[in-house]
Amino acid sequence: MDSSTLFGISTMAYILAMIIYIAYLAFRNSQTGTAATALTITGFISQTLAIAARWSESYVQWTTMTPESSAVMSLLRSAPLRNLYESLVFFVWCLILGYLIIEFKYKNRSFGAFITPVAGIALAFIGLSGMPKDISPLVPALQSNWLLVHVIMSFIAYAAFAISFSTGLMYLIATSERQEKRHVFWVVFSVFAILLALISQSPDTIMLWIISFAFVIAVDIKQNIDIARRISSKKEGNSGGALKTTLTVIGLSLISIAAILIFIQLVKLQIIKADDAAKLRHLETAARASSFTGNIMGIVGFIFFICIVLIKYLILKKEYYLFWTLNSGIFIFVLMAMGLDFLMFRVMGTMPAQDGGVGLKATLLSHSPVIAVASYASLTAFLYAIWRYGHILKKMISGINISTDFLDEITYKSISIGFPVFTLGGLIFGAIWADQAWGTYWGWDPKETWSLITWFVYAFFLHSRLLRGWKGKKVAIVAVVGFVVVIFTYIGVNLLLSGLHSYGGME
Amino acid sequence: MEENKNQTLTDKIWDIFSSVKFAVVIFALIALTSIIGTIIEQNAAPEKNIKLIGKLFGDSLAPTLYNAFDFLGFMDMYHSWWFVALLMLFAANLTVCSIDRLPLIWKLVKEPVKPLTDEQFKKLGKKEIALKGKTEKIKAAAGFAIKKAGFKFLETKEVDGYQLYSEKGNYTRLGVYITHLSILLILIGAIIGIFFGFKGFLNLPEGKTYSVAFAQTGHLTPAQEEDMEKIIAALQSVEGSTLKAAQELGMEEQSLKLKMKRYGIRPLGFSIKCNDFNADFYSNSDMPKTYKSWITITENGAPVKINGKEIQEIEVNTPLKYKGVTFYQSSYGLTPGGWENSVFKFRVTPKDGKTEDIESGVEGSFRIPGTNLTGKIENFSPAIGFDQSTGKLFTYAEQMNNPAVLVSFYENNKRKYGGWILKRSPETWKLPEGHIMEFVDLWGIQYTGLQVRDDPGVWVVYLGCIVMSIGLYIAFFMSHKKIWLRIIEEKNSTRIIVAMTANKNREAFERKIDNMFALLSKSVEGGK
Repeated sequence: MDSSTLFGISTMAYILAMIIYIAYLAFRNSQTGTAATALTITGFISQTLAIAARWSESYVQWTTMTPESSAVMSLLRSAPLRNLYESLVFFVWCLILGYLIIEFKYKNRSFGAFITPVAGIALAFIGLSGMPKDISPLVPALQSNWLLVHVIMSFIAYAAFAISFSTGLMYLIATSERQEKRHVFWVVFSVFAILLALISQSPDTIMLWIISFAFVIAVDIKQNIDIARRISSKKEGNSGGALKTTLTVIGLSLISIAAILIFIQLVKLQIIKADDAAKLRHLETAARASSFTGNIMGIVGFIFFICIVLIKYLILKKEYYLFWTLNSGIFIFVLMAMGLDFLMFRVMGTMPAQDGGVGLKATLLSHSPVIAVASYASLTAFLYAIWRYGHILKKMISGINISTDFLDEITYKSISIGFPVFTLGGLIFGAIWADQAWGTYWGWDPKETWSLITWFVYAFFLHSRLLRGWKGKKVAIVAVVGFVVVIFTYIGVNLLLSGLHSYGGME
Repeated sequence: MEENKNQTLTDKIWDIFSSVKFAVVIFALIALTSIIGTIIEQNAAPEKNIKLIGKLFGDSLAPTLYNAFDFLGFMDMYHSWWFVALLMLFAANLTVCSIDRLPLIWKLVKEPVKPLTDEQFKKLGKKEIALKGKTEKIKAAAGFAIKKAGFKFLETKEVDGYQLYSEKGNYTRLGVYITHLSILLILIGAIIGIFFGFKGFLNLPEGKTYSVAFAQTGHLTPAQEEDMEKIIAALQSVEGSTLKAAQELGMEEQSLKLKMKRYGIRPLGFSIKCNDFNADFYSNSDMPKTYKSWITITENGAPVKINGKEIQEIEVNTPLKYKGVTFYQSSYGLTPGGWENSVFKFRVTPKDGKTEDIESGVEGSFRIPGTNLTGKIENFSPAIGFDQSTGKLFTYAEQMNNPAVLVSFYENNKRKYGGWILKRSPETWKLPEGHIMEFVDLWGIQYTGLQVRDDPGVWVVYLGCIVMSIGLYIAFFMSHKKIWLRIIEEKNSTRIIVAMTANKNREAFERKIDNMFALLSKSVEGGK
């Protein structure tokens, strides 16, 4: 069996394991649990064999192309850690290994439902993005033993961060409370469905989603302002409160402007990569026409959205269940839509956009009105289901014998392993290697800079536990955000930005 | 934090700088601004970023916005005054935080462990076991067990027994300080590098010797460029000695040095010559396999031996260091105007003769030893390709990716045959009569692109990295542990109560103590 078959087996094993772990969470049948663990172990063994097979295939190629190399050198240079594909596979391997260790150490299978999806999504991403999987020899800059140490330690750290992400997320779900009434949800989506049926061809529809959140929150903010008034009228001399709120809103608005503009345009860039000139011209005209209005509406809507959520969340210290469920629902749906896009491209024989993005053209932004409306309808139903029944997930987690304190502890522990390993293996060894290869230990290259940002986020996590009031929930959010930054450092930089580390560029 | 009307301004400033909140704000600012620097391409041609800004804000606004961002320093933001200021604030905050908290931590480190009172045992006591046996023996066994666990202990006598107490790892509380100190070391090393270091490049053509390297400078006027050429020429002729060059140019050495700084010219203090450069590719592709430069360093006219060799090799990941300057293999290319002085190098093996190396200038003909043939160079391509659709040969790259030379062979002044000989294709080396003519190199046409670096701060940075690794290990994986054993004599047995604290990894410590107790029970019960 060659390495790609073995990888395929492990991918399927992890995805099946994920489903069975979720079933275990729901039904808590010990045989289901054992089956899930067994599948995970099977997948892990298969993946280990796959990595070994790939190493040997690489070794053969290396010795053929570089016959002058010694056996030890050839072994080192052919280690399967040399490009995005191999490193992603190694990341999944480390993650599953780490998870299996935790499962055996704490005799608890409940994390499985949160970690196997990360593994599954990572492996599915390999298929979706169409990244090259062929074994190619190393360019001179990568012919170094530093490659091995730097990459291995970085991915062990990433796996530890992924674990903290899962436990952080579990913590947030377990401690969230649902407050909104059903009518709030339906108000949003009625407005939505009408708007989107009318404008389903426009590249700015995604921005409209964001504005619609503003409606959701607007209904809700009224209640919160009332509550805040009641609280502040009780305290004496608390005039600082209103000022603080205003300043925070202004400050956050400024940050949000940059964020939403970049976000909208990145999305537009994907859509504009059409595969024939006529379509391209049509979309470009439409894009330009709507871009000004779109931008303004987007800016206003998003600022409103972000500020209100953050006021509610940080200053008034309330939960935002709707926010989390809607966001995760949209994220999952968009992922699935991208998957459908990929299938459609495969079937039609055209290539997905070069930089790894796909434009939702198979579903939400399809040129066929029927498919578009049907997609929006299923999106609506999906989001409603998540909002309405997401609470069940929380019950499942609360039903397991894991205290939220324990989750908090695992989050901290995995970061306290990941952080030193990342500092040494990722930043320090990366800097030393850069110094040997290029003469600069730090060049503010996008990859290096984003690694530093990741480092700051996790350093922030470690320090935030010392801040008053930063226990539990806020800290868990930092752990979750930290891993999102890790993903961007790992993949986003390569695919979206340009630089010495890049595989793609933003043109 | 108390709002004390008696706080002076310095107190207030100290309070801000010693707060973790401030640290968090600075982290966030540095992180967020760094993100901008990864999206706006740093030190790039203006068109690239104008295009990018146009995509985000609209094409009409783009040029104005570009100028605005440029003015604020975003085009080279990591060296802008405000970014450096943020880093300085970060360093100051780190220092103040550390100093502020040091007295308390030092107290915790230095304060010796004291025996616990009975109430404290009630609060902190974790485990209790009762063992059969004489108290003295059990005390000795317990003491032995603690020692085995790595603790040197002290003993006091109590009314009804004894107390053994111990601590270790006090100094691990300083792990955090070591880590923070290492950050400061790294920042200091970086600053030393910026102020006292040099980073530049040298494009060294094959066969040429240089005694200077070049740094990026801003835009130079044509007059300045001419001036720069004059200075370089003068420096070249005197092996880089600024004193002699100043004399030659008729100016003060100091003013020459200022001009050199302006033009980014850095004298090396020695000369470096490229004997040869070669780029190897993986077979059947243009993917580079190795780049290698062969270099000789001369000082005061004589070649310098490094590791007993006069010729040094520079490859990617294997730089050359000499007298504080490091040369890195960075790039390569074709020297403009290098054609005329280049030399073709062939290796000829006549049908029944021995192999010989021959050379030829780019014009003129050359004899092929061991045969009656003379060769004439007709044409050359650095990267020859064959266009399937037109059936024509063409040059597909500006680098020596697939060098080929068109040679015509003459016998008795009559053209016998000719063809393209490709360096990378041995089949093209075979001549009709069975002779083999290998095209080895066109020497003199390539230059090796070397990155030149002199960074006195790099050792401080490396030291900082080592200190950081040590600090992180201590801070995360070692802890300050204390243990107290209260041994109480009872009628027929001895009761032991254990209390322990650890400032990190408490469960691991508890498990260790549990193991220790299991062993202790076994050793006592098992009879001694």
